[in-house]
Amino acid sequence: MTLALSEETRMVRDTALEFFRERSPITALRKLRDDNDPDGISRALWRQMAELGWTGFLVSEEHGGSGFGVTGLGQVMEAAGRTLAATPLLSTALLGASLLDLAGTPGQQDEHLPPLMAGDRLFALALEETSRHAPTHVATTAVKSGDGYTLKGAKRFVLDGHIADVLIVVARTGGAAGDRDGISLFLVPGDAAGITRTRTIMVDSRNAALVTLDTVSAVPLGPIGRAADVLDIVLDRARACLAAEMLGSAAETFERTVQYLKDRKQFGVQIGSFQALKHRAAQMFCEVEVTRSAVVAALAALDEHGNDAAALASLAKAKANDTLYLCGNEGVQMHGGIGMTDEHEIGFFLKRARVAQATFGDAAFHRSRYATLMGY
Amino acid sequence: MTDLATFRAETRAWLEANCPPAMRTWMPEDEQVAGGKRAEWVRPEQKIWLDRMAAKGWTAPAWPKKYGGGGLSSDEALILDEEMQDLGYRAPLRGMGLSMLGPTLLEYGTEEQRQTHIPKIVTGEIRWCQGYSEPGSGSDLASLSTRAVLQGEHFLVNGHKIWTSNAHLSDWIFCLVRTDPTVKKHDGISFLLIDMDDPGVRARPIKLISGQSVFCETFFESVQVPASHLVGQLNKGWTIAKRLLEHERKGIGGIGARGAAKFEIPPETVAKMHVGEVGGRIADPILRDHIAAYSVDAHAFQLTRRRAAEEAESGAPPGPLSAMFKYYATELNKRRYEMLLEGEGFQGLGWDGEGFTGDELRFTREWLRSKANTIEGGTSEIQLNIIAKRVLGLPD
Repeated sequence: MTLALSEETRMVRDTALEFFRERSPITALRKLRDDNDPDGISRALWRQMAELGWTGFLVSEEHGGSGFGVTGLGQVMEAAGRTLAATPLLSTALLGASLLDLAGTPGQQDEHLPPLMAGDRLFALALEETSRHAPTHVATTAVKSGDGYTLKGAKRFVLDGHIADVLIVVARTGGAAGDRDGISLFLVPGDAAGITRTRTIMVDSRNAALVTLDTVSAVPLGPIGRAADVLDIVLDRARACLAAEMLGSAAETFERTVQYLKDRKQFGVQIGSFQALKHRAAQMFCEVEVTRSAVVAALAALDEHGNDAAALASLAKAKANDTLYLCGNEGVQMHGGIGMTDEHEIGFFLKRARVAQATFGDAAFHRSRYATLMGY
Repeated sequence: MTDLATFRAETRAWLEANCPPAMRTWMPEDEQVAGGKRAEWVRPEQKIWLDRMAAKGWTAPAWPKKYGGGGLSSDEALILDEEMQDLGYRAPLRGMGLSMLGPTLLEYGTEEQRQTHIPKIVTGEIRWCQGYSEPGSGSDLASLSTRAVLQGEHFLVNGHKIWTSNAHLSDWIFCLVRTDPTVKKHDGISFLLIDMDDPGVRARPIKLISGQSVFCETFFESVQVPASHLVGQLNKGWTIAKRLLEHERKGIGGIGARGAAKFEIPPETVAKMHVGEVGGRIADPILRDHIAAYSVDAHAFQLTRRRAAEEAESGAPPGPLSAMFKYYATELNKRRYEMLLEGEGFQGLGWDGEGFTGDELRFTREWLRSKANTIEGGTSEIQLNIIAKRVLGLPD
């Protein structure tokens, strides 16, 4: 595993940085929010992203993907994090593509991967049921009926759930909530009979939905009762790439804040000359850089299927959570009154931070998981 | 096999053939070898190991051969270091000659100064100490007032240094002295080498909160120092002083860098020993979370050191990362000892005598010693100032 980015990876990063800066600055998110945009994303932007091949980074080459892997997608997400771009990268390019690629039958892959990569079909993972991330706390049931299964249950915090063309539902075919055994995955059209989707307006202005499943017909994705393993792999990819996105947001918040410390004058001097602020800015620098190392290591380990990939994914998400929390809060505090206004963009980072921290495991979840994986 | 692979294999074979068995064990602090005329050998193998390594120049592997160094390339020196770490063998020699003065003389010393001093650093014959801080000049180092007045062929030195590590065991001291009190404070400082045996030099150990006396006060009363012992130009010592501080911070920043140093006992092991475990987990969930928070930071920092090294190797322009190493490493080391003591509970409170194991007593003393990490060699606050100024470009 190397931690210095390859030439190829740096090119992906540079392309993505330029793309989001030009096509989806924070004003784009503000507009989606203020227009009450029914999709909550720009489908035109998503198709442009698909044209750049980003939707195929986690699709293996035999299925038409490009094999840039988790490291490649991590670069794109880090760049997206800098401008808080609202896109289906996580729901579709990461979760949808990975689950289909790793668990789908050849028929399912042929049916879904081409439109997914073209940017024409959106996916959403319906996983969470409790008040926080708990991947085995699944009570939604799946009962065999005829050729398929019937789903019953209620899901929450389904990212891009209200616009997904296809839902990937985590349901239980055996065992009880908390068990790893008995967890299965199912594919369901987003508008299938028996599904109710309610978009939830979130503090970060990004997409999430409540989904209730009342006797919904579904087909399995992957082996029945043994989805916990593939789910672990895919969730770790999501955690590492989300950590990359959060790293981008943290670095951007930090840099904007340092700039403000140089621009803003009080008592006749730049406020960045005050040691009380300098030291905190320097500490943010340290945390951003340390987080960057954890993120790069996690992305590389996932691509290389290293034994330590799971521990590094938790390491990266735990660090990204703490660091974005720090930068989001310090960013608003150091901007002073102007940081409290909706007109200024710094507050958008604080709002995104709170949601991203809770997504796929908060810091306490990942510290505990890291400790378990390290043997204590 | 590539040249480097051959070098690695030969190096390992030589180390395995030459390291005495007693030097393959965990090294207690009082068995660290610093050399010098006053060296006390706890075991004869320390001297044997030092002499064998010094004969190859491997106490200073990357220094030029003509001064007694190993003459290794940076790749080869790294391989030697990696093999030593992997085997868990003891460093044959440590000290300020190796970590600070040697590199400084190689950069700024005269040929005569290099010939005189560097070979004796490599062999451990002479032990050096550092005369920087003074009672009135700590973080504001450049305000130092130890005076050196040039009188013909000699400087006449008068003053009072403090925190001179192991001055009472050292043979020579490298000193910052004021040679011009009339100019701006940074412009009147010179870098001087002084023999501790010279008349008028006196060192007095200071007892610390850990009970140890590794630091001294050093007094200079009308000490005559040959003018040829000036390093660099007169009144240009501040540049050299700062360069040497970078070497010092690199050394202190190395603390904990190797995370899994072979014989280190991790906090989670100590915690399990004292509070027990449930299903493989530390039984106390709050203690477990504290330790995990520390370990996450320590692991991420270890990765950061690795990333910095790899980025440097790959030819990328040197990043600003190294500026944070001293700060982050020392703060982490303090946290590590807090975690160890928290895990031990009552057993972490012993000072001496019965009722405690040797490790328990040692951890308590080292916990106290670790508090100096964020003070010596530039406090954490000074390090943050440096990051703010040099990396972030924040105004004075």
